Amino acid sequence: MHELAITQSMLDLVLEQAGKVEAKEVRKIDLVIGEMSGFVAECVQFYFDLLSKGTIAEGATLSCTMIPTRARCRSCGKLFELKQFDWTCPYCQGNSLEITSGKELFVESIEVE
Amino acid sequence: MEIKVLKDILDANKQIAARNRQWLDSEGVLAVNLMSSPGAGKTSLILATIKQLKGKIKIGVIEGDVSSSLDAETVGKEGVPVVQINTGGECHLDANMVSNALSNMPLPDVELLFIENVGNLICPASFALGEHKKVLISSLPEGDDKPFKYPLMFDIADVVVINKIDLLPYLKFDTDAFSRAIKGINKKVKIFPISCATGQGVQEWTSWLLNQMSRR
Ligand SMILES: Nc1nc2c(ncn2[C@@H]2O[C@H](COP(=O)(O)OP(=O)(O)O)[C@@H](O)[C@H]2O)c(=O)[nH]1
Ligand SMILES: [Mg+2]
Ligand SMILES: [Zn+2]
Repeated sequence: MHELAITQSMLDLVLEQAGKVEAKEVRKIDLVIGEMSGFVAECVQFYFDLLSKGTIAEGATLSCTMIPTRARCRSCGKLFELKQFDWTCPYCQGNSLEITSGKELFVESIEVE
Repeated sequence: MEIKVLKDILDANKQIAARNRQWLDSEGVLAVNLMSSPGAGKTSLILATIKQLKGKIKIGVIEGDVSSSLDAETVGKEGVPVVQINTGGECHLDANMVSNALSNMPLPDVELLFIENVGNLICPASFALGEHKKVLISSLPEGDDKPFKYPLMFDIADVVVINKIDLLPYLKFDTDAFSRAIKGINKKVKIFPISCATGQGVQEWTSWLLNQMSRR
């Protein structure tokens, strides 16, 4: 259900942007999705096909770039990928970490005709 | 033709949330978004808080629910204004739903507004409502590995309430390890171990609330 609301917002955003340049068709949509957003690419595609019917974005190709969850250790400053169930710095075993990526959820670009 | 967009998908929701926030500020209301898995104790915490603060401050409640109005009825019995939102199947509240609920809330009679979100640890984390504080309730029976499973929720929370601590003797739950894990990722978070059933720890929580209100 989460994906339904977000896919609708995404489609609204895309149609607004395409409208600005009076596009006749949206060919491709590039999305950037952080792993932490709990957002599943397959579901987006499913809802997108449903919601975009009858709009100029119908049939557009969705391309999702997934961004892994990364953190910076507050003790030694190193960057690394955060694995589930293990919130320790692989370099110094510190566990005070700052999440630096993985929350993204945006439309990078669209290709229109 | 390629168009660079670089826009947050939730931009529209964020804008409505910002308007809600201004509205609440102009009415002098502190709004608290309560989030948790189903059954962790959102409604119980609202009831326990009303019990302690009744007569001291004016409380209002927005109850988000997928379909029933049970919680709204329970809270309504306490004599505080309650507005029910039926999300019609959506697994989270969004800023627009809250905006509609605010129009039905007697805001001049409210100083502290609780918004009980839909029971879910994933989706509500992405949708700002215009609240001043995000409170996550995690209860003992859910286990102490929750922060690792739902990092975003623990990362965005201003407060984590650890509820049902009366069950500590019966469960394997390492409160210290749990708190350490949360603090590791979210340095600023406040943690309150509470039992809504026995009232243990509720005082610390309500003092914090009163303190937040006096700072405004
Ligand atoms: N043992 C115990 N049970 C609790 C406590 N707080 C809530 N409960 C019970 O947990 C269940 C769900 O609580 P509720 O407040 O409705 O959760 P919600 O779905 O998050 O609103 C109810 O049966 C409550 O009586 C607590 O501190 N200790
Ligand atoms: Mg409830
Ligand atoms: Zn380190």
